[in-house]
Amino acid sequence: MAGETNTEQLDPQTFGNAETATFWNAAKEGRLLIKHCTACDEHHWYPRTHCPHCGSGETEWVESRGEGSIYTFTVLRRNGGQIPCYVTLDEGISIFTNIVDCDPDDLAIGKRVRVRFREERNGTSVPVFVLSEQV
Amino acid sequence: MSRRKARAYIMGAYEHPTRLATDKTIAQLHMESALGALADAGLSLLDVDGFFCGNDMPGIGAFAIVDYLNLKLRHIDVTDTGGSSYMIHVAHAVEAIQAGKCSVALITLGGRPRAEGANTGTMVRPYHHAQPEIPFELPYGNMIVGSYAMCAKRHMYEFGTTSEQLAWVKVAASHHAQHNERALLRDVVTVEEVVNSPLVADPLHRLDCCVITDGGGALIVTSPEVAARLNRPKVGVIGMGETIKGQNGGKVDLSFSAVAKAARTAFEEAAIDRQDIKYVSLYDSFTITVLMQIEDLGFCEKGQGGRFVADGNLISGVGRLPFNTDGGGLCNNHPNNRGGMTKIIEAVRQLRGEAHPAVQVKNCDLALASGIGGWLGARHAGSVVILEREA
Ligand SMILES: [Zn+2]
Repeated sequence: MAGETNTEQLDPQTFGNAETATFWNAAKEGRLLIKHCTACDEHHWYPRTHCPHCGSGETEWVESRGEGSIYTFTVLRRNGGQIPCYVTLDEGISIFTNIVDCDPDDLAIGKRVRVRFREERNGTSVPVFVLSEQV
Repeated sequence: MSRRKARAYIMGAYEHPTRLATDKTIAQLHMESALGALADAGLSLLDVDGFFCGNDMPGIGAFAIVDYLNLKLRHIDVTDTGGSSYMIHVAHAVEAIQAGKCSVALITLGGRPRAEGANTGTMVRPYHHAQPEIPFELPYGNMIVGSYAMCAKRHMYEFGTTSEQLAWVKVAASHHAQHNERALLRDVVTVEEVVNSPLVADPLHRLDCCVITDGGGALIVTSPEVAARLNRPKVGVIGMGETIKGQNGGKVDLSFSAVAKAARTAFEEAAIDRQDIKYVSLYDSFTITVLMQIEDLGFCEKGQGGRFVADGNLISGVGRLPFNTDGGGLCNNHPNNRGGMTKIIEAVRQLRGEAHPAVQVKNCDLALASGIGGWLGARHAGSVVILEREA
């Protein structure tokens, strides 16, 4: 699959740095973690130590239900048909990801999707999404 | 409203004629562009005391090119927001001149992606391993064209914009490019030809995408005192705006660009009305880039951009808002994948009355150049300059 080649060049430390190691370890177990701020009660993406909405360091990892809807997408016709998209999680944040295992003609903004994990060639598991109706 | 008086002037502008520089180095392109703009202004390298560039220069910042040109400077500014950098360089030059830090500012661009075989829109761009978003985006195919395509897709969903409407942006550019003998693509195209060209990233087709060319350009911005003794029309900079828009901590809204805020700043500073603008240069990396800027600059309501650009409304002599009369990045030239420079150069030509007669806007006394650099669907910059011809 087209997406897998992109991570070959990434050294493990890019994925295993102190700020996000918890995320990648959970991903390997099939769990999608997101950050929640106890000061302003907002979620954020991508995960950071400090909340980008209010600047507080009082952030915690919480497990997302892994469900949401397609905010937008495209099909990279010149790059193996990979489908970059934003999925808006039910927790209210939109994450840049891929829709996989689908006929591109079945996709539409607003359709429900749920998470699964794709193992990259460097051994990392990354969250991707499939149409909920297929599950 | 009483208009803002210019505090500095664009007195020299030069677009390098090459589109394929197999026989030239990048440093040469900077030098030839600099000399072209200085000759246009009636100045020499010895007069330059301020230098402004992006970080696409060979080596660290301005070191190599400043030394190659052998400049003796009082002021240096390396600011990079991708292709929209050059409006910001003009703005920063004006600020430096107003602060007394320099009086003759040189801005240069040069590059040869075509000679080097770059696939600008569909390749993975170089990145730093410590960019915090990289592990969360690189696995998913975060190339340039996809980022703009996702915005186009969302625009269609929210506002009913169609591929045919987007195609009108390219059609208008091609109408202008037919008169530009240096343009890479000079054939007039139809809406049908655009929407029937191969999809690159849905909903953007090949003809929704700009060209890849080599080349360069340069601008000379001077103080009012220097401008007064030069024998060229004075193009005053009366409004400037710049900002960066990101993903907002995951609260993503792709319905507007960074230009919305940059435009508010620039129009407030210039103290003019939108309808007073006679000509616009809009960064046209993709057709959606133009449509988004037209809305965010306030030339139509948000969501109405598709209807606004249709039926030739951007064609000089035909529509209400003539744009990119050199053919723009969609047809003419996109040196080093950075279209901001040529946008400003064509705006200067229009204000001087030196555009091609077939596309010259009558009584063009006020013009605007706007840029979007970076990834429209993620992190990008918007930059706007408002320019006025002074008698
Ligand atoms: Zn917070």
